[in-house]
Amino acid sequence: MKTFSREWLLSETPASRAQAAWGRRYRLLLDLTSNGLAVAGFLIVVVCLVASLGAPWFATHDPSLQELGNRLARPSATHWLGTDELGRDVWSRMLWGGRVTLGMVIVVVMAVAPVGLAVGCISGYAGGTVDRVMMRVTDVFLAFPRLVLALAFVAALKPGVESAILAIVLTAWPPYARLARAETLTIRDADFIAAVRLTGASPARIVLRHVAPLCVPSLVVRVTLDLGTFILTAAALGFLGMGAQPPSPEWGAMIATTKRFIFDQWWVPTAPGIAIFMVSLAFNLLGDGLRDVLDPKQR
Amino acid sequence: MLVDISNLRISFPGRNGPSRAVRGVSLSIDREKVAIVGESGSGKSLTARALMKLLPDTATVEADRLAFDGTDILGADERAMRRLRGKRMGFILQDPKFSLNPVQTVGDQVAEAWRLHKGGGKREAREATIDLFAQVKIRDPGKVVDAWPHEVSGGMGQRIMIAMMLAADPELLIADEPTSALDATVQAEILRLVEDLVSRRGMGLMLISHDLPLVSHFCDRVVVMYAGRVMETLTADKLGHAEHPYTRGLLACLPSLEAPRRRLPTLSRDPAWLEPTRTTP
Amino acid sequence: MTTTDAIRVDDLKVRYGDFEAVKGVSFDVPAGGSFGLVGESGSGKSTILRALAGLDRSGWTGGIAFEGRTVARTRDRAFFRSVQMVFQDPYGSLHPRQTVDRILCEPLDVHGIADTEKRIARGLDEVGIPQAFRFRYPHQLSGGQRQRIAIARALILEPRILLLDEPTSALDVSVQAEILNLLVDLREERGLTFVTVTHNLAVVAHLCDRLGVMQAGVMVEQLSVEDLRLGRARHPHTRELRALTVGLEAP
Repeated sequence: MKTFSREWLLSETPASRAQAAWGRRYRLLLDLTSNGLAVAGFLIVVVCLVASLGAPWFATHDPSLQELGNRLARPSATHWLGTDELGRDVWSRMLWGGRVTLGMVIVVVMAVAPVGLAVGCISGYAGGTVDRVMMRVTDVFLAFPRLVLALAFVAALKPGVESAILAIVLTAWPPYARLARAETLTIRDADFIAAVRLTGASPARIVLRHVAPLCVPSLVVRVTLDLGTFILTAAALGFLGMGAQPPSPEWGAMIATTKRFIFDQWWVPTAPGIAIFMVSLAFNLLGDGLRDVLDPKQR
Repeated sequence: MLVDISNLRISFPGRNGPSRAVRGVSLSIDREKVAIVGESGSGKSLTARALMKLLPDTATVEADRLAFDGTDILGADERAMRRLRGKRMGFILQDPKFSLNPVQTVGDQVAEAWRLHKGGGKREAREATIDLFAQVKIRDPGKVVDAWPHEVSGGMGQRIMIAMMLAADPELLIADEPTSALDATVQAEILRLVEDLVSRRGMGLMLISHDLPLVSHFCDRVVVMYAGRVMETLTADKLGHAEHPYTRGLLACLPSLEAPRRRLPTLSRDPAWLEPTRTTP
Repeated sequence: MTTTDAIRVDDLKVRYGDFEAVKGVSFDVPAGGSFGLVGESGSGKSTILRALAGLDRSGWTGGIAFEGRTVARTRDRAFFRSVQMVFQDPYGSLHPRQTVDRILCEPLDVHGIADTEKRIARGLDEVGIPQAFRFRYPHQLSGGQRQRIAIARALILEPRILLLDEPTSALDVSVQAEILNLLVDLREERGLTFVTVTHNLAVVAHLCDRLGVMQAGVMVEQLSVEDLRLGRARHPHTRELRALTVGLEAP
């Protein structure tokens, strides 16, 4: 009977595949929730995601509605975080901007992690010439300064969110490939992999079903730690005018266009700045917590 | 009395309450050779680590008495322990590979240990090291001092570790499975060396091992542990006449070259062994 | 009709770069026989076993034949249905993130064998593991239980030849006795051919009929366990190993 009770989940004698799998997940969850900072990070992330997704409901104004008579207003009852240089409501723009910024970051992660995992695992498990060629290609990408390559790339294409995503992905995957390869190298000569080879399994099956799952935890940790960097890169591209284009609200771009008001109307660029800071910090806290829980060397 | 342990208890926090790894161990060691023997999980290594205060922070250690040469270990602070560890209590681990610094020649490492305890100049230390190497019967000590850790074999590495321990002239040598990573031929040599050095210098020896017949050849007394408790303490030559069923079971379940049996007797563990008993230490 | 040997090794040489780990070793094991490879660490005994299992990546020369068929460096899938291996360290030979069920299922899956449920249940029975343990992870098992699972995994494809790499040296002596009994029983029931690598002469004497003594990549002597027991060894290294075992055996 599937009853997700505490006893069922923590049973030392699971009676089915599902129970064993859920039990393992539940234990990970328990470990994670015992880490206060990780939970705090997780909550901040959830709040940000909900706020961004629910922007149509939480926003008090149309994010692109200009009130030129009310430029750079102080925070007030009508404009909770004030207005920007075109009289647009900062609070509403921040919510809508979260969609763009967080959306970019999520797409980047979904592209970067699998590419890095695949390249790293195949390279590490195959060894020899395959490994050498794949790692040199990785080195080439790794050798470029990320922001410069991204800038060149965006400049060659047209500035915009899609180009920014592509640019970040292109420069972000090599460390993941390196990490996955390093993990694979420690796993590939382990006895339990030798035992799988002795079943007659194909290399593809071994990599996919036995090696890659063991590399995923460290990649997940790395991703959460890197998310902050991705946000900052996306923001930096936006700041330099290479990311999201006006009037579309994006946190980096919001800071960029209002940076000259920092001394007189400090609240205008500060609000998106705090948002970037909070989300980056939250992801880092969550990443630290996940590392403690998922580190295979701890069990 | 060099080591005096009375009713030592060690527990670790677990999800379902604390797990008690050592439950009331009492033993004492004078300037003699004592083996602590048990299977994995018997608490033998934890007992030794408690004596050196090298347990992880999560461990809870309680005892009626835990003393080294009259010094209370439970109440000792880290500084006091540093004066004991290495200086008065030498410690040899299972695998020399993990105990030697890979980026320093073995001679330098031993010389450093010697200078730490004895002071003196570099040349003096080097000579002392060569002398120590000769004492642990390294064949060409003048050459081995300049070797790197990866260039020495397991047996040689263990000899070097022993030399490093001897640099401080400790009163007690704690050896935790010092030979289980080594080949049979080397194993006996190292144990013989340890026994010889300990006897000649009048030191105490606490030899921790899982191999009951092996250590009985090199020790005066054997303490048999099971599940965090002392089952039996007996003199090594009386091992053949052990009384406790656990000790007898451990000896009986070994396969034998000389006396073959088709089936090996297996050990049935009596829950009563886990009951606290008041035995005289 | 002449009975073909289960395993025939002819002038096997294995080298890693400049280092020759195995220097021309030959031996054969009759079907249903049990052969022991004895020696100290670095003598090349485990290297031979890995070459036999097809796990050697660097390449070997010489001839290896199983049941009359010569095998190449890489093996086809069918090979693994007749030859399987048990590893030394039960803590390292089971995938840390897979349940017992998944571990036993994998060989069946690879070979497209359908009645997994029945086979896994029987496999656990054979090695004396309760069915309740089927969905546990390796870290929820003791060392002896893990080694039993490793043996069950090796046997689930019903091989005729089992290669054992120090199958008990990572275990406590009381558990060692249980595993040795289990191996003896399984060999008898299934008529398996064993090749066992070990440094422990008493284990060899218990598990094997013949043994080869390895020293520095050379098989210095082959003799029956009976001869070893009675001290009829000729090579000094064999005698030295025997003397150590006999000397330390009795308390």
